[in-house]
Amino acid sequence: MPKTLFDKVWDSHVVHQIKEGPDVLFIDRHMIHEVTSPVAFLGLKNRNINVLYPERTFATADHNTPTLNQHLPVQDPLSANQLETLERNALEHQISYWGLGHEKNGIVHVVGPEYGITLPGATMVCGDSHTSTHGAFGAIAFGIGTSEVEMVLASQCIMQPKPKKMRITITGQLQNGVSPKDVALFIISQLTTSGATGYFVEYAGEVFESMSMEGRMTVCNLSIEMGARGGMIAPDQKTFEYIKGREFTPQGVAWDKAMAYWSTLTSDSDAVFDKEITFDGSRIEPMITYGTNPGMGTGITKKIPNASSVEGAQTTYQKSLDYMGYHEGETLLGKKIDYVFLGSCTNGRIEDFRAFTELVKGRQRAKHVTAWLVPGSHKVLNAIKKEGLFDTLTQAGFELREPGCSACLAMNDDKIPAGKYAVSTSNRNFEGRQGPGSRTLLASPTVAAAAAVTGKVTDPRELMNT
Amino acid sequence: MAYDKFTVLNSTAVPLPIENVDTDQIIPARFLKATERVGFGDNLFRDWRYKQDGTPKPDFVLNQGKYHGKILVGGKNFGSGSSREHAAWAVYDYGFRCVISSFFADIFRNNCLNIGVLPVQVSPEFLAEIFNAIKSNPQTELEVNLGNQTVSLLKSGTTESFHINPYKKENLQNGYDDIDYLLNLKEDIKGFAQNTPL
Ligand code: SF4
Repeated sequence: MPKTLFDKVWDSHVVHQIKEGPDVLFIDRHMIHEVTSPVAFLGLKNRNINVLYPERTFATADHNTPTLNQHLPVQDPLSANQLETLERNALEHQISYWGLGHEKNGIVHVVGPEYGITLPGATMVCGDSHTSTHGAFGAIAFGIGTSEVEMVLASQCIMQPKPKKMRITITGQLQNGVSPKDVALFIISQLTTSGATGYFVEYAGEVFESMSMEGRMTVCNLSIEMGARGGMIAPDQKTFEYIKGREFTPQGVAWDKAMAYWSTLTSDSDAVFDKEITFDGSRIEPMITYGTNPGMGTGITKKIPNASSVEGAQTTYQKSLDYMGYHEGETLLGKKIDYVFLGSCTNGRIEDFRAFTELVKGRQRAKHVTAWLVPGSHKVLNAIKKEGLFDTLTQAGFELREPGCSACLAMNDDKIPAGKYAVSTSNRNFEGRQGPGSRTLLASPTVAAAAAVTGKVTDPRELMNT
Repeated sequence: MAYDKFTVLNSTAVPLPIENVDTDQIIPARFLKATERVGFGDNLFRDWRYKQDGTPKPDFVLNQGKYHGKILVGGKNFGSGSSREHAAWAVYDYGFRCVISSFFADIFRNNCLNIGVLPVQVSPEFLAEIFNAIKSNPQTELEVNLGNQTVSLLKSGTTESFHINPYKKENLQNGYDDIDYLLNLKEDIKGFAQNTPL
């Protein structure tokens, strides 16, 4: 029977099938962080059991860490306790642990690929919904809850019903100034935040084929924002080149064996998807969101849609616009911006810093804009310095922070104040996501850069031509 | 973590007719700093429920004495966003045992099932009827019968059946969790692990 890429990876990881029930799925690699793991370890302790395969779990501290003065003790006692708990649990169970200040430390979904933890054809989970990021490598990767973290620690398996399959094909070529983030925001604006619930998505077509690995990660990262469990892209030469020789990538004979498996990882030409959607990539513009969910996005030159034209959210549409202080039919161009956040597992990789720097080069940060530039990992931070981006950014009036999730979820001190507007390269514009009362406009690093130098919502293409 | 068995629930309900209620609203990130599963109910819907100075917002449904019960009724696409199980813990800890909506986000639904909160998906029409019934009479009683897989408005007698995976149903009826099941499969899992290519 013809199979999709997703079927191939899923089916080869089913340890046991329960009639009319979920599949017992073997998990190759598991990542944990300080926020969603402590109660799982407590569960193991209460049951008096150990981690079954500690070598398959990797721990990093990211959600709750400061992005300034990481060499000093963490001030908030609750955060400090959570970080210490992670360290203690990792040590006790012999799990690799990359804590604050460690050279490999960074956001889970940034460090996973950097060190070859993420592999094609693997199953990967983490107690964070943006685990879908790793699907860029042709892995089945998705976010889980703490009970499931405990399951994976205890048994290296979780129990999941197999999702339905959707393929999103984007044909053609992207316009100049349009980035992977725009592609993702565009898809979500078309599908809504629940349009892919119950599905696992495969992204296909020329746009994804010609996209860099970083770009593919950005797109797969945002799969969850349309409700999908995850998204994946068939591995190709670019994928193999990226992973080759990384610390946890198979080496030697193991590599050859793995390659034999990986080379089978494409959807069969006659495989059937439960749903197929196609878009023309050349019609996508730089995107920006105007509301309080990632589906409320539009081309940057367009007007905020009228409620009547928005499907499935009528009762909350007005509430959402009121929260943002915007009105139907307004244009976003020219709206004042107070903060810019470049970072997160969506856009905190080196390519994102390159794109941001490229646009601010030779310009100056707008005086009233506070910009938080937070690399996704130490590796990214080092590359920023090595490539000379750091100097360019400094000349343009920007400062860099230390790696972590930062204002993506504002668990640490990086909170956007109530009522202030932030253009953010992260993934969620929910009410209060970036701090109580904060107002978030999601966009690409290039759009964020344009806002950072002009102090208002600006079409980056206008700055690119000059 | 073990939880109470779920069989039949008769209760009034709290209405929250808002779509796309995301997990950041159910429990904001700044309340995720605990290392134990205690006290999350206090911060359920924190920023909708309280002003920044900590005083209750009188408009919010949980602050209106007239609505109470063990059932939370939410608008379409309930629980979207983050995978934080803390959202389900907060719902449970506040005292809800069941959430009714016309559509749930996947991870939230799973998390609920794993901790003993029953997510019940009904048709948009029935959801509207439930909201109307509660609005006109906050004392409206609902019955959620897991064995029969039905949810009813007791006064009008309107009933709709809902779907649940038989395995999960049995777990909820008995208060079992998946880890018990997985630990029994350990030898199979070890055998499987030896033959994985990665
Ligand atoms: S950057 Fe944001 S989305 Fe990514 S792992 Fe951190 S909190 Fe989650």
